[in-house]
Amino acid sequence: MKKEDRLEERNPIEDFLRMDRIPHIWCPGCGIGTVVTSFAEALSKSKIDLDKVAILSGIGCTGRVAGYVKLDSIHTTHGRAVPVATGLKLANPELKVVVFSGDGDIAGIGGNHFIHAARRNMDLLIICVNNFNYAMTGGQVAATTPIGGNASTAPYGNFEYPFSLPYLAEACGATYVARWTALHLRRVTKSIQEAFKKRGFSFIEVITPCVTLYARRNRLGDGLNLLKYYYEKSEIQHGADTRTVDISFQGKLIVGKFVDKEKPTFLDCMNEHLAKVLGDKYQPYGVKND
Amino acid sequence: MKKVKADPKGVLTGSHYLDGDYALAEGALAAGCRFFAGYPITPSTETAERFAERIPSVGGVFIQMEDELASIAALIGAAWGGKKSMTVTSGPGFSLMMENIGLACMLETPLVIANVQRGGPSTGLPTLTGQQDMMQVKWGSHGDYKIIALSPDSPQECFDLTIEAFNLSEIYRVPTFVMTDECVGHMHEKVVIPPAEEIELVERKWYTGPKNEYLPFKPDKDMVPFMVKVGDGYRFHVTGLTHDERGYPVINAECQDVCVRHLNDKITNNADKIIRIDEDQIDTAEIIVISYGITSRVTTRAVRKAREAGIKVGTIRLITVWPFPEKRIKELAKKVKAFVVPEINYGQVVQEVERSAAGEAPAILVPHCGGWVHDPDDILQAIKEAAR
Repeated sequence: MKKEDRLEERNPIEDFLRMDRIPHIWCPGCGIGTVVTSFAEALSKSKIDLDKVAILSGIGCTGRVAGYVKLDSIHTTHGRAVPVATGLKLANPELKVVVFSGDGDIAGIGGNHFIHAARRNMDLLIICVNNFNYAMTGGQVAATTPIGGNASTAPYGNFEYPFSLPYLAEACGATYVARWTALHLRRVTKSIQEAFKKRGFSFIEVITPCVTLYARRNRLGDGLNLLKYYYEKSEIQHGADTRTVDISFQGKLIVGKFVDKEKPTFLDCMNEHLAKVLGDKYQPYGVKND
Repeated sequence: MKKVKADPKGVLTGSHYLDGDYALAEGALAAGCRFFAGYPITPSTETAERFAERIPSVGGVFIQMEDELASIAALIGAAWGGKKSMTVTSGPGFSLMMENIGLACMLETPLVIANVQRGGPSTGLPTLTGQQDMMQVKWGSHGDYKIIALSPDSPQECFDLTIEAFNLSEIYRVPTFVMTDECVGHMHEKVVIPPAEEIELVERKWYTGPKNEYLPFKPDKDMVPFMVKVGDGYRFHVTGLTHDERGYPVINAECQDVCVRHLNDKITNNADKIIRIDEDQIDTAEIIVISYGITSRVTTRAVRKAREAGIKVGTIRLITVWPFPEKRIKELAKKVKAFVVPEINYGQVVQEVERSAAGEAPAILVPHCGGWVHDPDDILQAIKEAAR
């Protein structure tokens, strides 16, 4: 019997990965792989047509996800996955378009694209892996580093106010906002499944360990220590006011589903508005048979 | 290369009085462009306005993005989603697009970018003309790559060359540029739009083989890889990292060599098929004036006066500026006394003329720093001095 035919050797998520690209580049103890596992499980459980799901990443550790997931995938430039996703979604509205990237990519260099895609209620799912620092380049301070957190470009600790990403996403118009940690695997999976069903701008933040850089610089221990921290300090508060979910250095982590509402998407608004103004002259875009 | 007729829905057949900016939009619609992402910037905004007004009745999407970084990014997404896509900008916006022009080249993505040039550097002269981005379009993004750039000299050519730009971008899977300028962009002239059945378009080079054998970067015989679109079940990957034929990143010098050579050779080896120039009275010429865009129209007057004065002047108008017709210039350099190169910049394309002439004939620049076109007498003066 060939090795790949032996049932016990097959990982159930293999079907969702480009196995010819494994092993991946992530460090032992890193949380990105667990989020990818949740994503694969959500794909599997949602039973959606995988041919119609596209995944895009920017640059950074999480930016490598698009390369490992076996879907149509585009590894874009730093911060630009969201506008590339916008173009893709508008070109082919039947696609479910997912942006899977890090905090530096989404909220730092790509912050402007992020807020505008949320404002337009572009029908995209954004999964943001937040490890509080720029890890690929060696642990620099980020727009998400808690005050007091140490980073290679904040060697005396960070003194800048960080973004609270769920608050930012909601304020800009996101219709689904959730935050979990890499410990909350099943809840991440469930959130992704829920977001797959939604039309509109969905945002899921997953706090993950960066063992090699952020944790080591800040003497937070290994991956297990961080998961223990998530276990002890995270508090599920569904529907929490996103103004109250700031993260302080090693402080309480408020997690849960904060926002889940319905609102017409960019294309809904475009079609409805132009049909109203232009009447018969307008042919609705992106509806079936287009 | 599969040729198809234009979709009549996008073709505004008839004789019109349009400015160059509007003609760019009409050219795009006639070429089958159904996705436009842009950001307002003088003197190019009218193209976006025209597209926004026309697209709802044609069927497609116009979106005003948050900046030019996002506009070009959205084009890449739309192109891989199967649409012909376009944006328009001017100097400062063009600078912002450089990052993802590199990505578009690396992903071998067909798309069209028009640059209605204005005087720079920086904010420069928002409302006044320039031809100062001619080297930026060639070299502006980091790394080695090659693009195609066309330069229209009238609103009619803004229409015609936008269609050609779409065709070239599809044939070679490469970003293609329409490098016009404020003068042509805002110049109103007659533009004749032919019936749809007379507009020949090139269909994207779609892959049709077995799904699991698709390789997004495997060159075909003409060096151009086949393309698929997202959502068709190929589960393919493309990356801005140096990659192999599968689109998988390979970070070493060997793969870099194959990848980068391919991006460059694909255009260089097909240059003879791409290049279009207009020549006039070359055979008897002692002096050849080489110009492009609006400057070629100003040159016409200078050349007429020079001929009246008995100087044997020929002209070359660059319709494609990149790839550059270096073989032709090299050949002519052996026969002529000098090349005169007027351009609305402080010396850009003239360097390419000088390089191609390889010391056989001098290339004399007639510079203009922007804000207005040349005084034809300045070009005449340079011709006279060169002929002396």
